[in-house]
Amino acid sequence: MFVRRIARCIIAVAMWPIFHKFGSPPWLYAISGAILRWMLPVTLILLVIGAVWGLMFSPADFRQGNSYRIMYIHVPAAVVALAGYYVMALAGAINLIWRMKMADVAMKAAAPVGAAFTFLALFSGAVWGKPTWGAWWVWDARVTSMLILLFLYLGVVALYEAFDNKEAAGKACAVLSLVGMVNIPIIYKSVDWWYSLHQPASIKLTGESTIDPSMLYPLLLMIAAFYALFTCCLLLNMRVELLRRESRTHWVGSLAKRECSDVL
Amino acid sequence: MSAPGTLQFCIRLLRRQLLLAVRRPIEISNPLVFFAMVVALFPLGLGPALENLAGFAAGTLWIIALLSNLLTSDAVFRSDFEDGSLEQLLLSPQPLYLSVLAYIGAHWLMTGLLLALASPVFALLLNLPGQALGTLVMSLLLGTAVLSLLGGIGAALTVGLKRGGMLTSLLILPLYMPVLIFGSAAVQGAVSGIPAGPYLAILAAMLCLAIALAPLAIAAGLRISIDA
Repeated sequence: MFVRRIARCIIAVAMWPIFHKFGSPPWLYAISGAILRWMLPVTLILLVIGAVWGLMFSPADFRQGNSYRIMYIHVPAAVVALAGYYVMALAGAINLIWRMKMADVAMKAAAPVGAAFTFLALFSGAVWGKPTWGAWWVWDARVTSMLILLFLYLGVVALYEAFDNKEAAGKACAVLSLVGMVNIPIIYKSVDWWYSLHQPASIKLTGESTIDPSMLYPLLLMIAAFYALFTCCLLLNMRVELLRRESRTHWVGSLAKRECSDVL
Repeated sequence: MSAPGTLQFCIRLLRRQLLLAVRRPIEISNPLVFFAMVVALFPLGLGPALENLAGFAAGTLWIIALLSNLLTSDAVFRSDFEDGSLEQLLLSPQPLYLSVLAYIGAHWLMTGLLLALASPVFALLLNLPGQALGTLVMSLLLGTAVLSLLGGIGAALTVGLKRGGMLTSLLILPLYMPVLIFGSAAVQGAVSGIPAGPYLAILAAMLCLAIALAPLAIAAGLRISIDA
């Protein structure tokens, strides 16, 4: 008990300046703008290089032919959809524990973005499933658990909208997203635990990957590009949410005046 | 009068919930009547051929149990929230974790337990092979307890909202799905002669995990709803 209290004090003192800054909406708005200024072009370049490499220059699969190239959209979308849930749940937990308003902004912004990536993974999977499995939709363990992931995201969005009191909405959604975390490891391991049409993971951090480097490198590039894309979408969505929440404050007013004078 | 001990308090709370239910017996019988009615829907919709019904019986029985649990779990905290006794409970020095377990336990005793005990009758209506009846009752006993705990999370998060009903379903149905998968797989396995033990063990493991963690989420949800 005593040790924990000391540890908490040390963390509080060490992290205080960062926490303090993250708690300030104008600072977050400014820093996210600065990040986006170089992040957006980088994302675009990564996406273009990865897509051209994967779709045109990497070799065709000896069994699936060219249809396997959907992988370069499908796998990164699925990876980011899962990672997005962690971002949402983590932001929710930070909001619950430290009452940080900006974490709540991040959680609210992450939910629709994550839902969009999950939908993209499911949709590209359906398009890929038609030529390879012979059906648009197969009730296999991983497809089903990704569908549950989509429902979890949509549940968070719906719950947030249902509350009039937005502070309570943020906390309730945080609890819900933490409960839904149980699903994430199940999705990860579903292909190993159950008989499934999905192949087990081909990319391994330890040991040898079962995918040829000529296909692996563009895939890794696309995964990096999708992570960057997720970050951009998240930051843009957070900025919109910040402006909406702070619309009555002085800094948003002066910002709006400056933007208007630029346009005129 | 001295304050009751923690365990004593929980037993009193459980008894109060059960007493409230017994005073209004229609609330206890409603899930059972609902179960019977939805069972009747399936032969009407899928055709009354017995061999077809036997194939679907395991899944349909589990889905109906899940739906009747879903429809009742919305109301677990509602009346106590509206008359303010839930707020008193939160202010009391008793650990909320155990009080929540008492609420959920009462809900399970009134819905899940009764459904599980009555399920063999409905199973025969749907021509479920006799050798699967024991597994059906066991899987429902374990599974509905998990469902009650998960449903409590949705109920606690939405209890303060005016129109919670549909939203509660949207929140907790994704959480119900893993339970449905293993519950109906156990019964299906028993029908086709596969030992159902491993499935029941997974359901029991889910129950242990839910008993350990769900009351924490429910307690947090109740605190948020009361504050709002």
